[in-house]
Amino acid sequence: MAEAHPVGFRWVMRAKERGAKIINVDPRFGRTGSKADTFVPIRSGTDIAFLGGLIRYILETESYFKEYVRHYTNATTIVSEKFADTEDLGGLFSGFDPETGTYDRSTWMYEGGEVASAAGTREHATQAFTEKTGVGLLEGPLHRDETMQHPRCVLQLLRKHYSRYTPEMVAQICGIPEQQLLDVARTLIANSGRERTTALVYAVGWTQQSLGVQIIRAGSILQLLLGNIGRPGGGIMAMRGHATIQGSSDIPTLYDLLPGYLPMPRARATQLTLDHYVAANRAEKGWWSNFDKYIVSMLKAWFGEAATADNEYGFRHMPKITGNHAHFPTMMRAVDGGLDGMFVMGQNPAVGSQNAGLMRHALRNMKWLVIRDLNEIESATFWRDAPEIQSGEIAPEDIQTEVFLMPAATHVEKQGSFTQTQRMVQWRDKALDPPDDARSELWFMHHLTKRVIAHYANSTDPKDWPIANLQWGYSEHHEGSVPDEPSAEEVLKEINGYTVADAEPLSSFTQLTTDGSTACGCWIYSGVYADGVNQARRRNAGDINAEGGWVSPEWGWAWPANRRILYNRASADPQGRPWSERKKYVWWDAEQGKWTGYDVPDFPPNKAPDYRPPADAKGMDAIAGDEPFMMMGDGRAWLYSPSGLLDGPFPTHYEPVESPVPNLLYPALSSNPVAIAWDRPDNPVNIARDPRWPVVMTTFRLTEHHTVGGMSRTLPWLNELQPEMFVELDPTLAADRGIVDGGWLVVETSRGEIEARAMVTERMRPLRIADQVIHQIAVPWHWGYSGLNTGDSINDLLHLSGDPNTTIETTKSLTCQVRAGRRRSPETSTVGEAPHGHVDVNHEHPSEAPKLRQTHTP
Amino acid sequence: MSEISIQREDAQRMGFFTDTTVCIGCKACEVACKQWNDLPADGAVFRGKGSYDHTGQLGADTWRHVRFIELLEPSEIAREEAARALANGAGGQLPQIPASELAEAGAGVRSEEIPDLVSMASQEVDVARAVADMDRWVFMSDVCKHCTNAGCMDACPTGALIRTEFETVILQPDVCNGCGYCIPSCPFGVVDRSHDDGRASKCTLCYDRLEDGMEPACAKACPTDSIQFGTYEELVNLAERRVAKLHEKGLDRAYLYGAGDAPENAIAGGLGAFFLLTEPPERYGLPADADSPIQQNVVPATLAAMAAAFGAAASVAALFRFRARFLTGMAVAAAGVEAWRS
Repeated sequence: MAEAHPVGFRWVMRAKERGAKIINVDPRFGRTGSKADTFVPIRSGTDIAFLGGLIRYILETESYFKEYVRHYTNATTIVSEKFADTEDLGGLFSGFDPETGTYDRSTWMYEGGEVASAAGTREHATQAFTEKTGVGLLEGPLHRDETMQHPRCVLQLLRKHYSRYTPEMVAQICGIPEQQLLDVARTLIANSGRERTTALVYAVGWTQQSLGVQIIRAGSILQLLLGNIGRPGGGIMAMRGHATIQGSSDIPTLYDLLPGYLPMPRARATQLTLDHYVAANRAEKGWWSNFDKYIVSMLKAWFGEAATADNEYGFRHMPKITGNHAHFPTMMRAVDGGLDGMFVMGQNPAVGSQNAGLMRHALRNMKWLVIRDLNEIESATFWRDAPEIQSGEIAPEDIQTEVFLMPAATHVEKQGSFTQTQRMVQWRDKALDPPDDARSELWFMHHLTKRVIAHYANSTDPKDWPIANLQWGYSEHHEGSVPDEPSAEEVLKEINGYTVADAEPLSSFTQLTTDGSTACGCWIYSGVYADGVNQARRRNAGDINAEGGWVSPEWGWAWPANRRILYNRASADPQGRPWSERKKYVWWDAEQGKWTGYDVPDFPPNKAPDYRPPADAKGMDAIAGDEPFMMMGDGRAWLYSPSGLLDGPFPTHYEPVESPVPNLLYPALSSNPVAIAWDRPDNPVNIARDPRWPVVMTTFRLTEHHTVGGMSRTLPWLNELQPEMFVELDPTLAADRGIVDGGWLVVETSRGEIEARAMVTERMRPLRIADQVIHQIAVPWHWGYSGLNTGDSINDLLHLSGDPNTTIETTKSLTCQVRAGRRRSPETSTVGEAPHGHVDVNHEHPSEAPKLRQTHTP
Repeated sequence: MSEISIQREDAQRMGFFTDTTVCIGCKACEVACKQWNDLPADGAVFRGKGSYDHTGQLGADTWRHVRFIELLEPSEIAREEAARALANGAGGQLPQIPASELAEAGAGVRSEEIPDLVSMASQEVDVARAVADMDRWVFMSDVCKHCTNAGCMDACPTGALIRTEFETVILQPDVCNGCGYCIPSCPFGVVDRSHDDGRASKCTLCYDRLEDGMEPACAKACPTDSIQFGTYEELVNLAERRVAKLHEKGLDRAYLYGAGDAPENAIAGGLGAFFLLTEPPERYGLPADADSPIQQNVVPATLAAMAAAFGAAASVAALFRFRARFLTGMAVAAAGVEAWRS
């Protein structure tokens, strides 16, 4: 965090000054480790083993926060007898289909009920789209055992699932001393409970793995057992990779979500109607019973007057998804010749995406490419400067891609908002005019859309309906040197929502309706423009020394409803009293008959703690007064995840897709059995335990550079701070390979080889894993072939694989080989042009070959 | 006061307190300094030695510099495996131990400062704990010290280096003739000659910002408040409380460098920009003791000659060495320059 989020780390240092203990778990000793009280150097890719060891210790020593766990989690819920755990099936859960490499998740349900996850359900990328696009039903009464002794209650299943994650086992898998695991466990226990809370902070070190979602789930289970969710000083903070990445998932740039986490509709053989869509995604119980209000109001915001009850508010005309349209499948489609062009905004796939050689091949196959960036980045010059051009393998004249490079304004040259990890939206004013023709994204999209609408205005073709009827009335004004800048505040006002009749801004999503009388671009942001005031622009910290004053509710605005901590009903005990005076936050005021506190209570304001729903209750009425997790159909936080995840209801340790060691817990399996793998000649995988790839590789960021360097390798002040591509390795590995500090080394995978300077340092340490000595190298990913300082891109060496839930890539745990010297040829990637490249998928160890599946259908 | 200085009635001495225990080595100060003062990047050299420090030292175009101090030792496995690799004739070199590198780099680390892990192990010391204790990577943002006894100013023959109303030391480029006398007169190696025009160049403590009531760029940019700016008296007070707090927490090795010393021990008469350190000064490339050459040579020599008549030369010289500020004057300064020239 100190390395990649130094400004946020300010608060960690403040906490440390006040006595907080900082524990840093990282394969690499970095700037964060230098400030931590405890540094735990686990092997890259073993996070679930480590977290599982902590969970087991907490359960075995009965150190969990019993009252919290019993009332607020699904620990007491009985699971269907059809469910079988990894402990029963050698590492697989029940329902695994070896043919498709996916799980049938129907056996994971609760006994007597079927429940949907908060964000609807997802199909695996390999699964055919079915009639059933979601399960929104919680059928029948759930069975619970308040003593948590029933062998099929979640707590006992959890105990069984992690029973073999002993300190000895964890030490062997992670390569750390047993004592260190115990020390961390005891520190967490001592700093959790009624009087204290512990926060977890993670970033892409957790997410960018073949089981990234499950690592975060393991963190959630740990925090729930310790009672650290919904309480001040607790929680799980996701540090983002850029400013407002949170915002770009709230109002998503993701193919499978609509604004506010509404699932993208999926095509089916017969016409999908709005009723079908709502029926599939609306929950009977809990907050998602309001689903229909959100989608109808969004359609009203999009299509305005053209959206009527008669035409299902335009729903039929919305695009539907037909498969996995994430970044990687899309680029593979381009390689295979099925994509005409692409807009690249704030991204740099030629060096910034994994298996960058394949990415450049995709760019070469397009007819046109629009790049909007601050500088002439690698994705704009791939046809001229890429390694395979320099080597002569590809000639520029053979590339037909027409590249349009559009200059973009920086964040200080335009107004807009950033949403950070606490869901806080902060408005930014413009400080400077953009230079020359550089323009904001808003300007670009606005004027492009206007031209597209004009082009289709007279079309009667039904497929053009959504363009011809798009409501697009943002006003333009003269702003500095820009004569026709659209109003960003008007966009915010639309996101906030308004009454259709008189265009009055809404103050909350509770005002949204299903009858088309309200329009709202993103329901969770409703309230950001309450009273016609840009609430995100507020900068009033208030009296932070007053009781609860540190919540500072008038600093910016947080979704939903300016709530700073989600599920904060859990900060009070089941009777509605604060767990402790020290951790007081939101509580029940019996006299006034309402919830009150320092923050906006995350609960129906007048629902008493002793409210119990009648058996036939629907919607929010089905949530009891002591069930804080109202987004879930059962009102409880899920230790066990009966739906929503594709790779199991409990996080399970699997080795990374590329690993030099066996899976000690489940020897029959190596890696996540349902991880997405694209088995293509231009995407070879280093087979697990292949002796040619003995070294573990992890990638990381430096404070001095930003992502792949488009914003930092163009600045001499930053270049001099980290001037050259390098690799960190331990002195023993260096000695073994004859690599000299400051000299050259080559890193090789089955995708190619790159060269870099050697940074020989004790910050990297060899680990002993199951009687093997394992070396790890750490590689920054900031370099490429454009900019003032250039260097090889590590992304040429990464392969494409995906977490089954998110399709996120693996960048944190791969295998490689290192040697002293320079690379053999000017090429870095050997996969770019498959027929010419020497792609060798290893067949020496067929038994260890991961189950590779062709998941891409052009 | 016969020093060349800018006078303003209500002005107070301003300074920096740099607390290395909260520095995260982000180098925001280096960049903020260059941006505000419009200083060019002065190279992009990969310096190796396992360090993230690629700017090396303070210089004409680097007025803030974050020094990275490695205090790591190879793990036991690393040692074993290195021995095995070497025994097998795998080639390469011995794992480099940072301490030896530091010594090589002339940072003045004494070998006795480096714990001997092997003998510790044989004495049944808790090696894991000893290693953990050494798992430190220390950062220190270095800057001009704005000395009370400023060697650079004492040596400057043109009056280009002057003391401001904030008792900081700044260089007026339009008065500097590029003689370079200030450079060896700085005991900290701060002042440097510009590559462009040959004139001296160093930190101004953002004099232009101070005049407008703004804090210096580096302090403004520091995310963890490792660099604190304020009136000298308040900073010293704050720093002393900080050291006491760290001692309370068990960090006994925390101490102030350049502030809070008895006058006879004050470094260069006391530093306007002083530091909280946790390792011996040499580890940071700082001298254990320092003063303006003129204070060290000319003043004591003169005083010694005078004092000899009273038969107490050595001790009095040592005492006065640190009290020489009141004697500072143009005549002495000129004599100092003469002495240095010869």
